Amino acid sequence: MVLCAFSIFGIVVLIVWQLVVHSQLAWNKFGLSFFYQVFTDSYTQQKLYWDPVNEHFSALPFIFGTLVSSFLALLMAVPLAVGLAIFLTEMCPTVLRGPLAFLTELLAAIPSVIYGLWAVFVLVPLLREHVNPLLIRWLGWTGLVGNDNPTGLGFLAAGVILAIMILPIISSLTREVMTAVPHSQREAVLALGATRWEMIRMAVLRNARIGIVGAIILGLGRALGETMAVTMVIGNSPEIHRSLLANGSSMASVIANEYAEASADMHLSALTEIGLALFIVTIIVNAIAQLLVWAVTRGTPRSAR
Amino acid sequence: MGVGIEVINLNAWYGSNHTLQDINLNIPANHATALIGPSGCGKSTFVRCINRMHETNPIARVTGTIRIGELDIYENAKPVEIRRRVGMVFQRPNPFPTMSIYDNVAAGLKLNGYSNHRALDEIVEKSLKNSALWDEVKDDLKKKSGASLSGGQQQRLCIARALAVDPEVLLMDEPASALDPVSTSKIEDLIFQLKSQYTIVIVTHNMQQAARVAEKTGFFLNGRMVEFDATHKIFTNPSDKRTEDYITGRFG
Repeated sequence: MVLCAFSIFGIVVLIVWQLVVHSQLAWNKFGLSFFYQVFTDSYTQQKLYWDPVNEHFSALPFIFGTLVSSFLALLMAVPLAVGLAIFLTEMCPTVLRGPLAFLTELLAAIPSVIYGLWAVFVLVPLLREHVNPLLIRWLGWTGLVGNDNPTGLGFLAAGVILAIMILPIISSLTREVMTAVPHSQREAVLALGATRWEMIRMAVLRNARIGIVGAIILGLGRALGETMAVTMVIGNSPEIHRSLLANGSSMASVIANEYAEASADMHLSALTEIGLALFIVTIIVNAIAQLLVWAVTRGTPRSAR
Repeated sequence: MGVGIEVINLNAWYGSNHTLQDINLNIPANHATALIGPSGCGKSTFVRCINRMHETNPIARVTGTIRIGELDIYENAKPVEIRRRVGMVFQRPNPFPTMSIYDNVAAGLKLNGYSNHRALDEIVEKSLKNSALWDEVKDDLKKKSGASLSGGQQQRLCIARALAVDPEVLLMDEPASALDPVSTSKIEDLIFQLKSQYTIVIVTHNMQQAARVAEKTGFFLNGRMVEFDATHKIFTNPSDKRTEDYITGRFG
C-alpha cells in the first residue's frame, strides 16, 4: 500500500525528470529567449516563430494561442457556469435539480475527441456560415475579428469548444462552495428585507467568492492543458494574429501535431521544453485553484478583505 | 416607535406537521413580550411568522391574520417590506464574515439604497451605541471583520444591524442561548433599554430571563398557546395547570 502511495510521487518525479533531460538541448541553445524570441524569414522578410527545417524555435505563438483560447473560453463559460450554479442552488425546483446537475456532470465525462469531432462537423460550419460573418460586420472595426480566414477554424472555435468543456467543472465546484454557505447567512440577509436577488448577491456570492475564483482557476487549468479538441479546431499554424478568427496553435496542440513526426533532435527538444513549460504552468494554476476551493469549503476565512 | 401586534387565528404548517394551532394574542407596543415553552412547542415558528420568514421554507404554510400596527402582513404587503419594519435577531450570532463591522451594520441600509456617507456614519454609530457595542469597536470599525468579534459582541453586532434600518418591532429568537452568562446579562440589559423604543418579542428557554426582561409572557405547548398574561402573574399565579407544571420544572 505504501508502495502504491509512493508510486504517485515516483511518477511525477519521473515525468519532470524526463521533460527536463529531453529539453536540455533547446534550453542550452536558446535559454530563456526560447519563450519570447522572434525570427525573420530570410526569404519573405516576415516574422517567423517556428521553422523546424531551419531550426528556428520560439514558443511565443503557442503561449499566445493557449492564453487567448483559454481566456476566450473563460469569458464565455464563467457567466454561464455561475448562472447555472445560482439557479441550481437557489431557485431550481427540487424535481429539476437532480436531472440538471446530472446532465452538467455528464458533460465532463464526454471524451475530448468527441468534443473535437462535434466541433469540426457542427460548430465550425456554424461559425463559418453564420456567426463569423455577423461578428465581422459588427465588430470588424475593432480589428479583433479579421476577414481573412474562410475556414471557420481558429481561436474563436477553440475558445467555444473549451468553454463547453470547462463549463461543468466550474459550475459543479461553484455549486459546491455555494452550498457550503451557511443557511444562517441567507436568513440574516432576508431578515433585513432583502429580495431574493439581493440575498444571492450579499449572502451567497459574497461568501462564496473566493471559492468561485478557485473554481474558475481550476477551469482555466483544464483549458490550458486541453489538447485533442483544441488541436482539431484551432487551425494549427504557428502564428500570432490580432484577429480571433485567425488560425493559431496552442502549446498542447503543437506537441500533439508534431512530436510523432519530429526527427531532428533540436525539434524534439524544443517540443519537450514547451511540454515542460505547460506542465509547470498547469500544476501551479491547479494548486492555486485547489487551495482556494479548500479554503472556502473548510470554513469561512476569519479576516475581512 | 414601536407598534402593537395583533394575532388572530394563526395556523402554521411544516409539510404535514401542524406546528401552530389557532394562536390568538395581542402583543403590546413598546414592551418586551417573552415566549416560553419546551423545545418544539412552536414558539420559534411563531416569531418567524411575524416577519414572514417562516415561508422562506418551501414546504411551510400559514393561515390566519397578523396585524402590525395597521398593516395586515398576510393580506396586502410584501415580505420584503415587512422585514424592513420587523427586525430579527437569531439564536446563533450570524454576522457577515466577509464584511467589516461598519459594513455589517450598514448592510440593511445599503439594501434600502442608502448611499449618503455622512448619514450612514451617523446611523452606524447610533445603532452601535444602541446595542452597547460602540465603545468596544469604534477604533476598528472598518478594519476588523464582523466574524473577528467574540460571540457576545457578534450578537450585539447583529442587534445593531437589525436596529440600523429603524424597525418598529424587534424579534429575538433565543438571542442569548449560545452565549456565556456575562454576554447574556449584557443582552438582557440591552433589551431593557431598547423596549422603550421598539416592540420586542423574545423567545427564550430561560424562564428567569423571561421574568427579568418581559412585561408579558406567553406559554406555548405542542403548537398551542396555553396562557398569555402579565409576566409576574404567569410566574407567581398561573391560571393553567400546565403552565404551573412547566414553570415549576415538572416537565420541559
